[in-house]
Amino acid sequence: MEIYEVVTYFTLLLLLFSAARVVTTSNVIHAAISLVFTLALTATLFLLLSTQFVALVLVLVYIGAVIVLFLFGVMITRAPLGKNAELDNDKNKLIGATISGAIFLLFSYILINGFDGEIVITSGSSTELLGEILLSRFVFPFEIVSFVLLAALIGGITLARKDEALVDEDQI
Amino acid sequence: MIVQPVLVTAAALFSLGIYGILVRRNAVMVLLSIELILNAVNINFIIFDSMLADSLMQGQIFTIFIITIAAAEVGIGLAIVLMLFRNRQTANINEFDLMKW
Repeated sequence: MEIYEVVTYFTLLLLLFSAARVVTTSNVIHAAISLVFTLALTATLFLLLSTQFVALVLVLVYIGAVIVLFLFGVMITRAPLGKNAELDNDKNKLIGATISGAIFLLFSYILINGFDGEIVITSGSSTELLGEILLSRFVFPFEIVSFVLLAALIGGITLARKDEALVDEDQI
Repeated sequence: MIVQPVLVTAAALFSLGIYGILVRRNAVMVLLSIELILNAVNINFIIFDSMLADSLMQGQIFTIFIITIAAAEVGIGLAIVLMLFRNRQTANINEFDLMKW
């Protein structure tokens, strides 16, 4: 087995562990930090598959911005920091595990049978070419997405802003 | 390198996200689980892009679009959670039963 495959499998294993920690830990901050690890390992996987630009976008946008937003959300909604037994619906645990396990088994069965013997040859992809394609053939969806982002920004500000006329004095 | 281990890992991430959505009680934690699901989709797009060696790199381009949409979704989602918290003084999704009678 080559060293490349060993590194890839090790990354996948760590990815599974950290993702399991996101949904099972009873500490809100630990869940957010585990999501950081999950995303960093995903970026590592993308680098191993030689898609460098997407890995960098993932690090910049997710780890740089989205996680900070999540930590703000945790702090603003005053989720109890530290260990908190009330974080999970205990009566939903069995049904949640059943449904997600069934989905996992179904997906694994289909994927393992459907892609038997398919291999990936990492030849390296050019960021320059990606930029050219993104701004020529896919320029219309690109602009639409930028508009969606602008609309979400304005919508988020409008929703989260304190509306003085509607808020009572005793509320925050 | 064979593709199945990566695909199965992505499927596992997806089902862990589903589990988190069903089990978690805090609305912010549910949004974290949605991020896990989107991440699983990203991994699938990238591995299929590498597998097919697409000359248009559509897998990578759609991954970038998904990351952008996910950022927008988190912004809106947290704004909605913030509004709910202001009205109900809690982020517990069991208590958001306004549409239930």
